Amino acid sequence: MLKKYAIAACMLLAAAVVQGQPGELLRRADGTPDISGIWQALNNANWNLEAQVAEQGPVESLGAIGAVPPGQSVIAGNEIPYKPEAAQQREQNFALRRTEDPEARCFMPGIPRATYMPQPFQIFQTDTDIMMAYQFAGAVRTVYMSNHMEAPIDSWMGWSNGRWEGDTLVIEVAGLNPNWLDRAGNFYTSTARITERYTPLSPYHLQYEATIEDPAVYEEPWAISMPLYRRIEDGARLYDFKCPEFAEEIMYNQLTRENYFRERGVYIGE
Amino acid sequence: MSGNRLTKGILAGLGVLLSAHSLGQNETWQMPRTSWGDPLIQGYWTNSTMVPLQRPAAMGTREFYTVEELEENLRREFEDEYGETERGTAADVHYQFDDYLMNRTADSITQNLRTSIIYDPPNGRYPPLTDTAIAAQEEYNTWRSEHQWDSAKTRSLSERCLIWDQEGPPVLPLGYNSTYQFMQTEDFVIMQLEMIHDVRIIPLDGGDPAENSLPQWLGNSRGHWEGDTLVVETTGYSGRTNAPGLRGVPMSSEAHVVERFTRVDENSIDYQFTVTDPNVWQASWSGNYPFREIEGPMFEYACHEGNYGIVNILSGVRLEEFEAYQATGKIGE
Repeated sequence: MLKKYAIAACMLLAAAVVQGQPGELLRRADGTPDISGIWQALNNANWNLEAQVAEQGPVESLGAIGAVPPGQSVIAGNEIPYKPEAAQQREQNFALRRTEDPEARCFMPGIPRATYMPQPFQIFQTDTDIMMAYQFAGAVRTVYMSNHMEAPIDSWMGWSNGRWEGDTLVIEVAGLNPNWLDRAGNFYTSTARITERYTPLSPYHLQYEATIEDPAVYEEPWAISMPLYRRIEDGARLYDFKCPEFAEEIMYNQLTRENYFRERGVYIGE
Repeated sequence: MSGNRLTKGILAGLGVLLSAHSLGQNETWQMPRTSWGDPLIQGYWTNSTMVPLQRPAAMGTREFYTVEELEENLRREFEDEYGETERGTAADVHYQFDDYLMNRTADSITQNLRTSIIYDPPNGRYPPLTDTAIAAQEEYNTWRSEHQWDSAKTRSLSERCLIWDQEGPPVLPLGYNSTYQFMQTEDFVIMQLEMIHDVRIIPLDGGDPAENSLPQWLGNSRGHWEGDTLVVETTGYSGRTNAPGLRGVPMSSEAHVVERFTRVDENSIDYQFTVTDPNVWQASWSGNYPFREIEGPMFEYACHEGNYGIVNILSGVRLEEFEAYQATGKIGE
């Protein structure tokens, strides 16, 4: 416990150095930080949590629009400590990423990926629980600040038990369905447990950290860290991104009449 | 439990029967409030109801049943459902209708004295459609008969997990999973709909819903508190969201919906709404029903992620078509 407070104190100190006094943070009536609002990551994490040089993307016909931009690793220690079989699975995922990445299929992105999708999310702090709504796929989760319990059932966005440690919102997430962490095929399984930390650095910045434990695929827990930026433009809000229809081509195209018959040697249409 | 005893149980439950009239008549009850003083509506709610959206024509302009009539209706409904299959026979194996809380006649949450949710027009039925809407519906039906099996893109919006027809606004009860989680901050009311994990984010600044916005599947909602009533106005529908009760006829860009949420007792929110869309109906129409508090939590409804239905439907149709082709050399009907 003492160690955790020490870390929190260090982070506050760091925040104070970079952004001014911690007293400048927005606070709610009960004294906890006010981190409500619309946030977004501004980095390459959704392409690859590990370091990434620029390269051709999975769909060459998109030209440079589909190219993968470069970015530094957001992982402490730079690389994910996969077990050998899991490292192979990541390579297979990568090879099939155009159609098998759950993002391409419009599946709810899970935690922590939802946080660093290239689309905004919104935090709502009520008198009791916290809600986080994500533009991508309309995903949403409740962060239970009391009545903590083990996940009653697995889900795409998991079960989130939250608490304040000083000015840091700490959320323990479990009960996640297996999911990918980025477009490079990095992944976790249903035994993953994620510990997230949201620490306000200023009214406009949160430091986001997530520790990812999954003994099924990693040699040891590992952590990512990145800033999140407040969307401050006038009228900023979440819009619909109901993406199932954008995924129908890759998911169901084999079942159009033309394709089904062509598959069986009968050419119709066109 | 014998049918008779169960029926008696139901009727005892009706001792606490609530109607729109009697909601909120407990004088000792005090409005629960948020820390900043707004009425508290945060929690888990259901709008499951036995009341039909449209009134049976025979009821004319009668808005409410008597308690005796409702009891009689429930008894008849129970007996019809209970009598559908014979206990202990193969036909009864599917499920017993009073298992899994599916017997809604036994649940006082779903009862009230209304003869229909719609109370205006006074006959409790949708107003007549406009000529434009009738034409659009005919065009859609023709298109559907020719193309509905073509691909995923020609299936219904709900089958494709894009939007459930009753999501609204106005929010209308569903056959199942009529479950909602409301959250509140000083600046927003957030309504999470279990079906199909949709979130309505309603800013409480009372501004113009269309301001700074884009057309949205659930429209753009803006809310404000009028006394203890949350008034939500919605415009800016996407032009793809089905109008209530209609397929192929969307809420138009001129649609305007006003909803009023009033917590009236410990367990109920009175929900009143008025729908205006001059491109769909010849007049506005209004409805009323209660949301009832239920125990949480609410679970994630991952519609698209587990959409085996659409794959199975299309696979079945394709197989039929291919077998027909092999037999006749023809493709299609």
